Amino acid sequence: MSGILEAHNIAKSYGDFKAVKGVTFGIEDGEIFSLLGPNGAGKTTTISMLSTLFAPTSGDATIGGHSVTKESMAVRRIIGVVPQDLALYEDLTGRENLSFWGQMYGLGGAALKARVSEVLEQVGLTDKGNQRIKTYSGGMKRRVNIGVGLLHKPRLLFMDEPTVGIDPQSRRAILDTVKDLNRQGMSVLYTTHYMEEAQELSHRIGIIDHGELIALGTLQELTRSIGELETLRLHVTEDADAGRLAEALRTIPGVTRVDAADHQAVLTAPDAEEALPAVVSKANEIGIKIRSIDIEEPNLEAVFLNLTGRALRD
Amino acid sequence: MWLAAFARGIEIEVMKKLFIIGIKDLTLALRDRAALILMFAAPLVLTLGLGLVTGRFSGQSDNNGLRDIPVVLVNQDDGRIGAELVNVFTSPDVGTLVKPISDTDPAVARKRVDDDKVAAAVIIPAGYSASIIPAANNASGVPAGDKKIEIYVNPAQPVGAGVIRSIVDEFVARVQAGRVSGLIAITLLIENGLLKPADAAAYGQDFGRRQNGPAQTIITVRRTSDAGTPPPTVDILAVLAPGMALLFLMYTVTRGGATLLAERDNGTLARMLVTPTSATQIIGGKVIGIFLTAVVQVAVLIVGSGLLFNLHWGDPIGVAALVLAVAAGATGWGMVIAAFARTTAMVGSLGAAVMLMFGVLGGSFGDNFPLPDFLLALGKITPNAWGIKGFTGLASGGVLGDVLPNIIALCVMAVALFAVSVWLFRRNGFIKQ
Repeated sequence: MSGILEAHNIAKSYGDFKAVKGVTFGIEDGEIFSLLGPNGAGKTTTISMLSTLFAPTSGDATIGGHSVTKESMAVRRIIGVVPQDLALYEDLTGRENLSFWGQMYGLGGAALKARVSEVLEQVGLTDKGNQRIKTYSGGMKRRVNIGVGLLHKPRLLFMDEPTVGIDPQSRRAILDTVKDLNRQGMSVLYTTHYMEEAQELSHRIGIIDHGELIALGTLQELTRSIGELETLRLHVTEDADAGRLAEALRTIPGVTRVDAADHQAVLTAPDAEEALPAVVSKANEIGIKIRSIDIEEPNLEAVFLNLTGRALRD
Repeated sequence: MWLAAFARGIEIEVMKKLFIIGIKDLTLALRDRAALILMFAAPLVLTLGLGLVTGRFSGQSDNNGLRDIPVVLVNQDDGRIGAELVNVFTSPDVGTLVKPISDTDPAVARKRVDDDKVAAAVIIPAGYSASIIPAANNASGVPAGDKKIEIYVNPAQPVGAGVIRSIVDEFVARVQAGRVSGLIAITLLIENGLLKPADAAAYGQDFGRRQNGPAQTIITVRRTSDAGTPPPTVDILAVLAPGMALLFLMYTVTRGGATLLAERDNGTLARMLVTPTSATQIIGGKVIGIFLTAVVQVAVLIVGSGLLFNLHWGDPIGVAALVLAVAAGATGWGMVIAAFARTTAMVGSLGAAVMLMFGVLGGSFGDNFPLPDFLLALGKITPNAWGIKGFTGLASGGVLGDVLPNIIALCVMAVALFAVSVWLFRRNGFIKQ
């Protein structure tokens, strides 16, 4: 495989604030690459620089061999962008929106008409194409938003958190669409803060936090990097102090990381089952009632927790 | 050769993008119900309303504005001056401006006014001439006393009533001037022994006859064309209709400018910027969108007011050129307002203020706002002033050549304001390469 994207130490600062602190990674042709990180980690800023929306403060990237800083027009012809927020005209129909954006990518005439119909079919909105966007449900709008990015058959598609705020059914449809597109040969740079999405979709994953790429590799490589640690998720009652429980659990031998969030205490240990009796005993000792316990195989949550000391949803 | 063709191809592609964005904006404007009401319905309704207020639709008008103003004349005077005033109203010099009818009973005449049948009643009292010209048996040569002409006006037809009052005032002023000069002349002649006191009355009557002889012109309708062609008349609606159109044109261009900021807020601007389209093309496209919307609005209002109010706008080429020019001038202002404002809300409030200010300064409300000279001069910066004058000129029989200065002024305004807006957009960081 050859690289469709090569980012070299790209950084973006706003005054003294460094939103992205020199990120280097590459995406292979035909690959789905996920940038995983919590809100405010620098995912959208990274995608904005790579899609030529604004220039990096330093560093550069090439897409299809073209520099994003020096050959922005050439880059724009081979990329598609699906922004996090809907970017559509509510008073135009779905078909009119696609037609307008298709023209902005240089399509026209019969080819445009045919492509708009194809994309409407691809996103499952053929029968709703002549209705105005403002009459669509949130999920339908998301699908048109994705469709706009596909019109000119880009080689590399940027998808910035495309499933935020939608129902599980629409989320499922979007994830399936991404896989379909990839099967057709399209490379995808997918940003998300949902660990499950990154795990399901990605060939490789980059974990980004506070503007830095802190880990990069396949799912297997990343989980192996933390030593096959298992995750123990303890759900406590709503009136219980999960933070106090987390503090108490730190003293248990073998526990490598502990974090508390959303009435949960999350800890990693080489053998969760072995640590379990001591965990329950400690909870009883400090008077905190545990409602349920999940034992999870090594996953990205554990990786993130291990790398940052914080849960991904923080 | 092929290189030139390639360059031409690129130029066409660049221009195509501008129109793609522009037509999208026009489509969106025409789908915005609130905008449609303010762009088309409001100006026509206000024109209609102002037309009613000014009495344009009252009486037996043949839809040509200030003509055939209905007036009832009651002449109870048996002298020459009363007859002369009646002659003024029926003279060709007044043309078709008034449509007088006669009556003998002042009460009946006033009733006609009260019933909104006429714009005014002019009642010349008995002995009016004698109060101006001394009687034959008056040895001093001094007139008998004061008698006043009564003008009973219809408040529902203020313009028509104002015209009647002006005619009578002008007549009375001339009569009074003649009376005073006659008295001075007689007194000087007697003092110098050139006239016997016994002959004073006869001399005074003769003087009066000469002063109020025939062919005294009170009001003349100005003719701008050769003799033999019908005199042009200016319909009040030919001022009000473009006035209202241009007032609300400022709303349209302001709204257009606001869409640029709305594109930024809605994320569609960012999405456009990641297509193979430059920031300059996007701004250019937005300008085209505002311009096209403005052209459609003014064209519809001009044609619509012509059909609704039976207005004749004159030279179609001149009208078309003027429509394009006012749309361009106003578009320039829309861009400057958008570039100056930071938010769509700010564009809205700033735009409303500019719209009203330009309406007053530019004469959209007619000449009802007496302005000092410097504000009248300031009005020249508004598309309203140039546009209204242009449309009124065309409606009065002007042709393209007559409104060329207006068109040039509006085009210069458009270019200058576009340059200012680009500078402002660059300064506030809106345009970044």
